[in-house]
Amino acid sequence: MSKTREDMKNVSCCGTQYKEISDNSLCCPKQEVPEIGFVPSIVSRVSAEWTWRDYLGQIRCRVSSFRNSYAVRPGLYAVGNPDRESDIFVSANYKISFDVLRRALKGINAWILVLDTKGINVWCAAGKGTFGTDELIKRIGESHLEKIVIHRRIIVPQLGAPGVSAHIVQQKTGFRISYGPVDAQDIRQYVEAGHKATEKMRRINFSMWDRLVLTPMEVIPALKGYAIYATLIFFIMGLKPSGIIFKDGLANGLPFFILGFLAVLSGALITPLLLPFIPFRSFAIKGWLVGSMVILIAIKYISPAMPVAAFSLLFFPLASSYIALQFTGSTTFTSMSGVKKEIRFAMPVYISAAFISIVLLVFFKLNQWGVL
Amino acid sequence: MRYLENVTSLEFFSDKCTGCGRCVEVCPHAVFIMNTRKAALRDKDMCMECGACTRNCAFGAITVNAGVGCAAALINGIIAGSEPSCGCGDTSNACC
Repeated sequence: MSKTREDMKNVSCCGTQYKEISDNSLCCPKQEVPEIGFVPSIVSRVSAEWTWRDYLGQIRCRVSSFRNSYAVRPGLYAVGNPDRESDIFVSANYKISFDVLRRALKGINAWILVLDTKGINVWCAAGKGTFGTDELIKRIGESHLEKIVIHRRIIVPQLGAPGVSAHIVQQKTGFRISYGPVDAQDIRQYVEAGHKATEKMRRINFSMWDRLVLTPMEVIPALKGYAIYATLIFFIMGLKPSGIIFKDGLANGLPFFILGFLAVLSGALITPLLLPFIPFRSFAIKGWLVGSMVILIAIKYISPAMPVAAFSLLFFPLASSYIALQFTGSTTFTSMSGVKKEIRFAMPVYISAAFISIVLLVFFKLNQWGVL
Repeated sequence: MRYLENVTSLEFFSDKCTGCGRCVEVCPHAVFIMNTRKAALRDKDMCMECGACTRNCAFGAITVNAGVGCAAALINGIIAGSEPSCGCGDTSNACC
């Protein structure tokens, strides 16, 4: 699709050529020392340690579309020195999913079976079904797991369960699925407890830190919309019967630029961060509340002309609301039925408000020109 | 954190339940609880409709209209007149 992706295809392991990429060990982990101990030569051995590249890759995934091409090769990997008794952990071929798992396996001898999830993380891929029953059955067969280990248990991350039918996998392959903990960090404790997860390990959390790392990918896309908005405002504010005046566009547009930016921050940063502390369950209402507070305070300082203030109090809180509603896609607890309900009541409000906002702007311009 | 009340499409049919405990194992929000012989709903409104329980119930005791709880996906679906899709991973960026 994108150029980078095409480039990747040429230089990475995709296809039959298993070359290493110069800037990153992306698709193909180096095939290190085959045939040590029991590890068959078809299996790649990986370290449990992270290098600076792994950290950098994670940061790049958090702030850009780099994450759409951050993948590892599906198949069987070895961590430590696994043997016929060792546990098999299943993961996705999104490199962060894989990295988090191998790091959690430090000091444990284990197998990792990576499914082809098109470079998407476990939970999202499970929702789509690419981290799914058929793919798991296929990989178990292709990796000849029945010859590699003598036991018949396989550990699938709990968040992979939306895509996997454990009973069907067992019927077709003989391997019995144990669902591992939600958080890879609990794996050691889970293994030591005899493959038993505590109730706490089964629950998904959504801490302020969890929410914070998600906000760059809320703010950055919203800023793209902001750029279009700011350009439009610049032309509208600079527009005179005689032509477009650059200076007027900047000077008259300034309150709109500031307030628009604050609306983006309210919806994409403040609302996600303070999520549990903002009243009401609805994300649209949460975003509107935060936007209203921020815009009210800002208007006190900027004290724009009356029509601008009226426009601002209508438009910006709802812009914040719309942006906050998008965060439902990143949370760990919103349901499709709930979001549908929100959209049903919010969309008519957004559309009518957008219409009224345009009318207000037109009045503002006509007033400025002395037509009214 | 809790989301809207009384919206989930989750349904549990106790008569089909054999008490295997898979639903309790897979639910990330502890919606189910094990009673003496069977599972039971503990907190239905915590359901996020991920579908893990349905898919792992071998006895058809659970139904839910599973899908992504994502506004962008639903709005895209409405505009395109198709199923909700968040757009991630649909393009062929497969590694190998």
